[in-house]
Amino acid sequence: MSAVIENHHDDHHHGPAKGITRWLYTTNHKDIGTLYLWFSFAMFLIGGAMAMVIRAELFQPGMQIVEPEFYNQMITLHGLIMIFGGVMPAFVGLANWLVPMMIGAPDMALPRMNNLSFWILPFAFFVLLSSLFMEGGAPNFGWTFYAPLSTTYAPPSVTFFIFSVHIMGASSIMGAINVVVTIMNMRAPGVSLMKMPLFVWSWLITAYLLIAVMPVLAGAVTMMLMDIHFGTSFFNAAGGGDPVLFQHIFWFFGHPEVYIMILPAFGIVSHIIETFSRKQLFGYSSMVWAMLSIAILSFVVWAHHMFTVGMPLAAEIFFMWATMLIAVPTGVKVFNWVATMFRGSITFETPMLFAVAFVVLFTIGGLSGLMLAIVPADFQYHDTYFVVAHFHYVLVPGAIFSIMAAVYYWIPKWCGNMYDERLGKLHFWLSFVGVNVTFFPQHFIGLAGMPRRYPDYALQFADWNMVSSVGAFLFGFSQLLFLFIVIKTVMGGKKATGQVWEGAKGLEWTVASPAPYHTFTTPPKID
Amino acid sequence: MSFLMLMAPSIKADWFALNMTRGVTDVSNEVFELHMLIFWICVAIGVAVFSVMFYSMWAHTKKKNPEPAKFHENHKLEIAWTIIPFLILIAMAVPASKTLVKIYDDEAGDINIQVTGYQWKWQYRYLEDNVSFFSNLSTDLDEIYNMVPKGENYLQEVDEMVVIPVGKKVRFLITANDVIHSWWMPAFAIKQDAIPGFVNTAWTVVDKPGIYRGKCTELCGKNHGFMPIVVKVVEQEEYDQWVNDKKQAAMRLAELTTKEWSTAELMERGETVYDVNCVACHQTEGQGIAGIFPALAGSEIALYEKDRHIEILMEGVSGAAMNSFDYLSEVELAAVITYTRQAWGNAESGDGEIVIPKDIVDYKEPKI
Repeated sequence: MSAVIENHHDDHHHGPAKGITRWLYTTNHKDIGTLYLWFSFAMFLIGGAMAMVIRAELFQPGMQIVEPEFYNQMITLHGLIMIFGGVMPAFVGLANWLVPMMIGAPDMALPRMNNLSFWILPFAFFVLLSSLFMEGGAPNFGWTFYAPLSTTYAPPSVTFFIFSVHIMGASSIMGAINVVVTIMNMRAPGVSLMKMPLFVWSWLITAYLLIAVMPVLAGAVTMMLMDIHFGTSFFNAAGGGDPVLFQHIFWFFGHPEVYIMILPAFGIVSHIIETFSRKQLFGYSSMVWAMLSIAILSFVVWAHHMFTVGMPLAAEIFFMWATMLIAVPTGVKVFNWVATMFRGSITFETPMLFAVAFVVLFTIGGLSGLMLAIVPADFQYHDTYFVVAHFHYVLVPGAIFSIMAAVYYWIPKWCGNMYDERLGKLHFWLSFVGVNVTFFPQHFIGLAGMPRRYPDYALQFADWNMVSSVGAFLFGFSQLLFLFIVIKTVMGGKKATGQVWEGAKGLEWTVASPAPYHTFTTPPKID
Repeated sequence: MSFLMLMAPSIKADWFALNMTRGVTDVSNEVFELHMLIFWICVAIGVAVFSVMFYSMWAHTKKKNPEPAKFHENHKLEIAWTIIPFLILIAMAVPASKTLVKIYDDEAGDINIQVTGYQWKWQYRYLEDNVSFFSNLSTDLDEIYNMVPKGENYLQEVDEMVVIPVGKKVRFLITANDVIHSWWMPAFAIKQDAIPGFVNTAWTVVDKPGIYRGKCTELCGKNHGFMPIVVKVVEQEEYDQWVNDKKQAAMRLAELTTKEWSTAELMERGETVYDVNCVACHQTEGQGIAGIFPALAGSEIALYEKDRHIEILMEGVSGAAMNSFDYLSEVELAAVITYTRQAWGNAESGDGEIVIPKDIVDYKEPKI
């Protein structure tokens, strides 16, 4: 796709407002994107600090630094904050910055709602984190909050947890509607659906998933609220309810949610591999169809999280086969990335390093996911560290590496300065080593029989837990370097050109760096 | 790392226990074989994909290949890498489904044991022999809090093991009393969630006598990591003897109900019951945990309301974590209620009334 650079009108000033009000009242997609990204970074550091507490406690057998009760609060908040505060807002931030520029639109379609959907998020997480200081402590039932542990047996703060999940859900739904409306209505003339950049496609599909499943999550927490305060028995067996129903509802949300956290990563990685291979992406249309199939399949595989709840044989077999089917489109994506690199002209700048690591480590996570789909074997893997290793492989070197790759790739466009390549590479290698030393041994710990969500463990798991903790500290503290690099780049550095990367294609590279406050006020012309 | 190993000399380096256990049953062996099969298939896929990828990362750099190729699709190749994975998946799913059908054989066993998960212990009821007992973690708190060296079976030992005979089909009927737990015995490849209001089943035939250790695998509250499972598989004669001993012990316990009890005797027995059943929530000094588990020391009920005190233990508190403890014996209930009404200065600040086993028997009489 190529484009003619727009004529930029300088006859009236539409610069940002001054001071704090710029950020409070902004309806500019770039400002809101920035807010989302900084917010998710803050949450990433808070959730990461909790992971450090977890790994410090697990450094050696025995209880050392926290009590089991507090340990459970840490694992719960770590999961919730990383998913709803770290990964999801980061992707929404990227969508805000990039989707309008990639489709040649002047802004998001619903700018005021955009402001609202961001500004309710800090309140949601303020409420959630404040529960740490409440009598009885924060939610302690795991991020999956299975009833009745999260209803009858929950600490009083569960009501605040429900409220905060509602706010997060509202924010996500508004963000998703905004993305869909923008993509459907505001593409520049000539940007047909099958000409859209893959990041836009990935977000279009993600947004539909969000609109479909966030209300289901809202329903689940509302039923919990009713059980806790209004005497209903949705999930209370003693009142004729069904605790397994909770899990079905939760995972009907939860599995598409997993893909919500990986589809935008697919989009990002496709762009980066294409750019640094200096070769057109292999199999564009099959990439789109693969993402669509993954999204559709995500609605019929939820019960593979529940193989041990005692479902009938037919259900187990159905969910096993359906789950394994997802490996086909996922495989197509991986093969396409490899084929894109094949006979390309590759260089390894920091974004490419993260993207290549993404492909390798996400594939490892995908393969262990395939193993988990095999029901009889899952009876041994389920709820052990093997599962912890699996989902951290797809989420940390998967989703989070893709976000970091995206930041390095587009930050010259955002702030007009190049990041420090040497520091970027150092950050990559520290993260790469850290993440593997942390999570690879967890496969062994899990196979050898250590269940997840254990504050203390038997002695045969001691060695690998210590290795895993050392890796976690390395990974955790390396992220402070990332923070430093980002701040350094925002403050100054080598000026970036508009094109930034030799091989980059797409409308966002046709505007100056940093991108002007308003871009594409008149639609670009597409050949 | 080595100085840390010196600090904890009981940590045994076990660098080789990296894989799933083969277990000791036909099913667990089949599961292990299945695991290894899919593992090697995944390794092969990984090696194939990554070798192409690493090759182009090495051979197709800008330096070595300044002019990138132009291709961006190849329909034959794309069809091939859609169909071939599909066939590989079928090759994996078929044996998996066969094993699953075998695992799901749900006929009654020679011995049927009801397993009930409680916060945070397991109850086992042998349905044919009417034998019933609780199995609690027996690791000392001092080991957990690093005051003394950790024993060999740290966190994997219980006060009473489940005993089953070799060569018999044993079926477990798994349920829970409060929250969801999960009964996992890796050596038998059994993992079934214990869900209140549901009964899940699992079965096994073990041919090799021995002691096998498992764990709870569904987050069930603060002591989730502290409710292990230990199964002892013995020869038939030893099993029969064990069942007999259990029945005798139950009869002796029943006789105790009619005995005359002194406060001191009740206190002594009550402390033991308290340490096993109550201490996790209400804590060693009866102080509870603010906001979630009420204090017993100085509680109005423990001080003045004997009848309500009995009622709470028998019925539980609806909508709260406090469940009914009516499964304890009359003697145990009377002892633990007496203990909590006397200990921590409660006797001095309250009416100090004790409860005897007969009070519990009376409570259980049908009320009109």
